[in-house]
Amino acid sequence: MRKNGPLSLLYHALFIAFMVAPLLVIVAVSFTGKGYISMPTDGLSLRWFRAIADAHEIIDAFWLSLTLGLVSATIAVALAVPAALALVRHRFPGRGALMAFFMSPLMIPHVVLGVAFLRFFTTLGVSGSFFWLALTHVVVVMPYALRLVLAAATGLDRDAERAALSLGANRLTAFRRVVLPLILPGVVGGWMLAFIQSFDELTMTVFVATPGTTTLPVAMYNQIAQTIDPLVASVSTVLIVGTLVLMVLLDRIVGLDRVLIGKN
Amino acid sequence: MADTATPGLAGTPASAPSPGKPFAGAAPWLLSGPALLLFCAMLLIPLALTALLSFHAFDGTRGVLPAMTVGNYLEVLGDSYYHEIFLRTAGMALAVTVLSIVFGVPETIILSRMRSPWRGLFLIVILGPLLISVVVRTLGWAILMGNNGLINEALQWLGVVDSPLKLVFTQTGVVVALTHVMMPFMVISVWASLQKLDPQVEQAGQAFGAPPFTVFRRVILPQILPGILSGSIIVFALSASAFATPAILGGRRLKVVATAAYDEFLNTLNWPLGASIAVLLLIANVIVIVGCNRLVERRFRQVFEG
Amino acid sequence: MSFLTLSGLAKAFGSFLAVENLSLEVQRGEFLSLLGPSGCGKTTTLQMIAGFAEPTRGRIVLDGRDITALRPEKRGMGVVFQSYALFPHMTVAGNIGFGLEMRGVAATERARRTDEALDLVRLDGLGKRYPKELSGGQRQRVAIARALAIRPEVLLLDEPMSNLDAKLREDMHIELRAIQRHLGITTILVTHDQVEAMTMSDRIAVMHGGRIVQLATPFEAYERPQSAFASGFLGKTNSMRGVVETTNPRCCEVRLGETLAHVPHEGREVGHDVHVYVRPEKIRLGQAGDGGIPATVQTRLFLGNHWMLEVDSALGRLRVSQPNLGDAPPAEGTAVSVRWSDQDLRVLATESRHG
Repeated sequence: MRKNGPLSLLYHALFIAFMVAPLLVIVAVSFTGKGYISMPTDGLSLRWFRAIADAHEIIDAFWLSLTLGLVSATIAVALAVPAALALVRHRFPGRGALMAFFMSPLMIPHVVLGVAFLRFFTTLGVSGSFFWLALTHVVVVMPYALRLVLAAATGLDRDAERAALSLGANRLTAFRRVVLPLILPGVVGGWMLAFIQSFDELTMTVFVATPGTTTLPVAMYNQIAQTIDPLVASVSTVLIVGTLVLMVLLDRIVGLDRVLIGKN
Repeated sequence: MADTATPGLAGTPASAPSPGKPFAGAAPWLLSGPALLLFCAMLLIPLALTALLSFHAFDGTRGVLPAMTVGNYLEVLGDSYYHEIFLRTAGMALAVTVLSIVFGVPETIILSRMRSPWRGLFLIVILGPLLISVVVRTLGWAILMGNNGLINEALQWLGVVDSPLKLVFTQTGVVVALTHVMMPFMVISVWASLQKLDPQVEQAGQAFGAPPFTVFRRVILPQILPGILSGSIIVFALSASAFATPAILGGRRLKVVATAAYDEFLNTLNWPLGASIAVLLLIANVIVIVGCNRLVERRFRQVFEG
Repeated sequence: MSFLTLSGLAKAFGSFLAVENLSLEVQRGEFLSLLGPSGCGKTTTLQMIAGFAEPTRGRIVLDGRDITALRPEKRGMGVVFQSYALFPHMTVAGNIGFGLEMRGVAATERARRTDEALDLVRLDGLGKRYPKELSGGQRQRVAIARALAIRPEVLLLDEPMSNLDAKLREDMHIELRAIQRHLGITTILVTHDQVEAMTMSDRIAVMHGGRIVQLATPFEAYERPQSAFASGFLGKTNSMRGVVETTNPRCCEVRLGETLAHVPHEGREVGHDVHVYVRPEKIRLGQAGDGGIPATVQTRLFLGNHWMLEVDSALGRLRVSQPNLGDAPPAEGTAVSVRWSDQDLRVLATESRHG
């Protein structure tokens, strides 16, 4: 392939600048010492990071998002693993439709999901329930978990499982001792991606959130809708750093390119 | 592993189903059962309820009425207020799509020409933001675009403008921010089809005397066209149904379909109307995605499955 | 008394019949090969014996027990897969001991038997390694050890040598045969390599189109193939056309060009068209004009321990092979004569192109 000339590299630099500008700006602003959005021209200050400790709503929302992410990612993966095995191993009528059904949340605007879940909750009278909120998140993050587990299950050497059977293991033991360890990277990667998607989810959650079940993105959105102050920026900086850490982990376990782009 | 080329002990002739086991028919359904159950309960039912809701009438004082009517749809489809919203949404989505193509495609090609550590690194820099909440990304643009924001300060300092450009609460601002949010999807799609490119085909083009731009136009571009098109479909669909970015950067007066639905539901409390907007958005989305994908597939099948 | 009996076994995938009415009796301690080209049904048969495929028809009886419907994990067979299918996340010892774990064998006893198995395949001391640290040949031995560690009633091998290079393969043939003899395990090998089948087996079942076309010892199968397919698949052969000229109760005469061959009667009648087969090593080269069939050498190839020649004669192009005894055979272009003894001929009616 031809190399990139200086013009291309300049364009590339500008493009990258465009892509990271908003994030860099947030990080910069979060270190301001002033009481309003401004660049830290007078020197870096941790004032707005310390302020996080006093922002009870933010902290509560953070814990809620964390728990919600853990619960929904775990449930999503627990459902995705057997489903992936079913889809990969058996050719059965309805397989294509089932796969499309499980992937359909990707095609449904989150606004529509939000409306639908809100209607559903009020009909059942379960608004404000953490459990039901978690279930909605499971539906939304399932395609992400499923995609990664599917990839791992597809690459599995079926003979290894058959070898285990021939040596006397029953299906459950063969799954536990041979299949699961071999698809574990995909399962863990799927879990992490599902967690991230749940933690970040805004649009759908905005509809079903209640004062008792306000996630961090929703809390931040509500805050921003009133006024933008550096607190939101410092919280965002923490989130950005956290995501970077998770990205490194994800890369180690599954490979970021496989997560972000899909099959390679 | 042994399943396709050489049938080993575990493999069977290519077109055959897996070896017969008792209850082979039930096993896949049992395994996917829990997930299927959840989806039916949490996806089909809520959507059905919403569709049902959209057919009810609403009264400001008495709330949702039991009578069934298509009045909501008539209102949404007939009222110029909503026409404006639909057109604005579609227009912005189109603008975002065009910008993603114009700026995203060259960058992806440049990326594919980079050497190993850089290529992977920049790919992560561009795609990584997908893992960060859209609230955070939009917040960054809100800060950048404010009257005292970085962009205006930079422009004034450079002497390009005398007074601050109004970027927040404008369509331009929303489009720019949305382009930022959607760009990774375009890059992913074009990248995927660039990966399938055989570099020797490009070399053949050069060997037969074509100058670089012609090689690009006649050899490379046609092959990545499916990637560009499917990326466009994703970007358009996501932009048209975007909520957070238009809500934060567009303000009260710049409504798009998603924020209009939010308004009806959580402000006016006219749930049936909000539901009908949601249903229309869903239908439009499905048509766009499925329909365009079919077209792309059919048009390009001969090229790639010869 | 048959140890493993397959009766009327058949396997259909939709409308495609992979195995058709296959019956076989394997003796205890016997080494039997299922030999045939790709698609002949040998792998499907092995799948059914192992329990990974459900027969469409027929029964499988092991040591008096009907195991046709038994799940694979309950059959107690040792299986060596073509790709070895080692558990990559377990050590060699973990792999070998897995079957013993499943049988509830205590840890110390497991360790002892694992060492025993490693010893048997000459991999002592490699117990702590992981499969990816081993060479192909070593991995194969681990796969064999894993299957043998459980002391199975039957050992099933699915083309286990196809991934090894030629020299290693030859060595493994001899070694595997020695292990099998030493342990006395009933063994079934699936392969498309006829040399492999002939080297190791007590009997060979030649398969074609989902059926067994010949079941015989290697020598029998090679010397007296019962079908055109078998004679072509096992070793090389020359094929000539002839017509039955006269018959008497014990033999008949077949006209082959200028010569007349005397062959067993076998129900032939005057006027029958037949194929006459003769192996390259059974043809003797002589001087031109010494009474044999005249021929001219077209090609002469040296293959180390033997020479392979192609000669043109009135009966067509014939392949002749001669052991390398020091002197080179006649060069290309030389006129020679070819002759054979009639008892080295195999005659099959053209209609009997079964298979």
